[in-house]
Amino acid sequence: MNPSIRLPGIAPLFVALTLAILGVLIVFPLGVVFQQAFSKGFAAYLEPLTQPDALHAIRLTLIVAAISVPLNAVFGVAAAWAVARFEFKGKSLLVTFIDLPFSMSPVVSGLVWVLLFGAQGWFGPWLQEHNVKIIFATSGLVLATVLVTLPFVARELIPLMQDQGADEEAAALTLGAGGFTTFWRVTLPNIKWALLYGVLLCNARAMGEFGAVSVVSGSVRGLTTTLPLHVEVLYNDYEFVGAFAAASILASLGLVTLVIKTFLEWRHSGELSAGRRH
Amino acid sequence: MTFDPTLSRRRLIAAGAAVAGAAALPGLAQAQARKPLTLLNVSYDPTRELYKDVNAAFGAFWRKRTGQTLTINQSHGGSGKQARAVIDGLEADVVTLALAYDIDEIATRAKLLPANWQSRLRNNSAPYTSTIVFLVRKGNPKAIRDWSDLIKPGVQVITPNPKTSGGARWNYLAAYAWAVKQPGGTPAKAEAYLSALFKNVPVLDTGARGSTTTFAERGLGDVLLAWENEAYLSLEEFGPKFDIVYPSLSILAEPTVALVDKNVDRHGTRLAATGYLNFLYSPLAQDLIGKHHFRPRDPKALAKYGAKFRKLPLVTIDGQFGGWQKAQATHFADGGVFDRIYKS
Repeated sequence: MNPSIRLPGIAPLFVALTLAILGVLIVFPLGVVFQQAFSKGFAAYLEPLTQPDALHAIRLTLIVAAISVPLNAVFGVAAAWAVARFEFKGKSLLVTFIDLPFSMSPVVSGLVWVLLFGAQGWFGPWLQEHNVKIIFATSGLVLATVLVTLPFVARELIPLMQDQGADEEAAALTLGAGGFTTFWRVTLPNIKWALLYGVLLCNARAMGEFGAVSVVSGSVRGLTTTLPLHVEVLYNDYEFVGAFAAASILASLGLVTLVIKTFLEWRHSGELSAGRRH
Repeated sequence: MTFDPTLSRRRLIAAGAAVAGAAALPGLAQAQARKPLTLLNVSYDPTRELYKDVNAAFGAFWRKRTGQTLTINQSHGGSGKQARAVIDGLEADVVTLALAYDIDEIATRAKLLPANWQSRLRNNSAPYTSTIVFLVRKGNPKAIRDWSDLIKPGVQVITPNPKTSGGARWNYLAAYAWAVKQPGGTPAKAEAYLSALFKNVPVLDTGARGSTTTFAERGLGDVLLAWENEAYLSLEEFGPKFDIVYPSLSILAEPTVALVDKNVDRHGTRLAATGYLNFLYSPLAQDLIGKHHFRPRDPKALAKYGAKFRKLPLVTIDGQFGGWQKAQATHFADGGVFDRIYKS
């Protein structure tokens, strides 16, 4: 339990202020998304979502997330393991680099891949010769998404693993367990909820990312548009109901994420990183 | 023009193959249903609805002629941005952009098509023309009749960013041409006029369609400088909330189309892509062009839809500005006139 102080008069004021700001900035706009999406009835809401381009956008979004989220999970566990369990030169530099995508504009995260793999980029001529397409294809979308979401899992695990210390793993090793068994039977069970938490946030961002993927997409409708890009396409096509219908899917994804996240925080707060406990 | 012998030989062979392919077409079509083919048309912003119709029509035409299923994918955005994407490797089979300069850029920077591309199709490779008009709110409450009204205090003008949008460059040049042609007009005076105009612009979108939604859907601004086709489309989409105002003078916009040689040869789509571009000049496509409020080249289509296209004095990019290369270098390049006035 957090210690709480009572300040009569002021506390309710702050609560009211917070609620008002949340209402104006989050609940109201979110409501508008759904209101616009359903403004012409349920049939009109469903119709644009069953168009081939929309279905493709949904499928592509799922594919991109299905590739980039596991990659990030593996990277996150490896990075957290390295940072929390070992002492080495340049560790703080490594942690800074893991955090870099958080502080970098997503446009940059997209543009670097164009500069590397675009037709005029460093590897562009070689890739073209060998008929490999990265930019303006699914692989480019994955790269951009991976870069943007890189810190999510690692940031979740590092504080937790530092907190937990290496005692249990040391015990397992002394009892004769191998490295892999130790990881599988001791480390992983200890971090599983925090890992899930990180994966969840990573997934929400991966599916919702707009800036970075818009740079590498080329927005060929029905081919390289993910769901967030599809929202823009529809909006610019004057298909406002369709745009808000697609946006409502993204908003629902956010809400589902929120519910699972709250459940994890409520049920397993002890096993989430220190910063998440409350 | 640079001349690369290996390139041109390859092109000759490809052209030969295309001719041979064309000759063999009917036989092949009957012999077997041919492998489905995909084309990518990278286009500018306001042609979304036009090419949806054109693609369906050409797909049907191609299927009937060859028995081959043809899917034509579309990508739309600000013309300059789209050209940049093609330069960076977006594998367009054809580009249909807002102005010749953007296709010149693809030819010079990425060498994907020859420098003389514009002479390969009729009418300067522009299957239709358009012009720049004003879209104002119903009843024209701010009484905007001509270019001079755009710099009045309290008038908000919506136009996209000339750095990324083709339509915005036509807007800008039309305004400039008008200012220069005023009694006692000089380049310096025109620059001062544009400077005043852009002080009235609250937001620069990257493409023409973004500006239209800013004006029509979000309700910002008193006047939208718009493609004529985009202005008519707004009347269609949003009902009678707007009026179109024709200024005393505007510019003849020639949006151009081109085959992207290196990409079609890599994809084996030269024949279909060439057919697609030629199809744009056909009576059927010209009719669709007129229907979507672009000014058709075909006299019959022009006669059918001509009533809505008001005749007004139009300057040309070659006559007034000495061609796109010069206009781009003077006005829109880094450190050009636009940078100067927009910073001031």
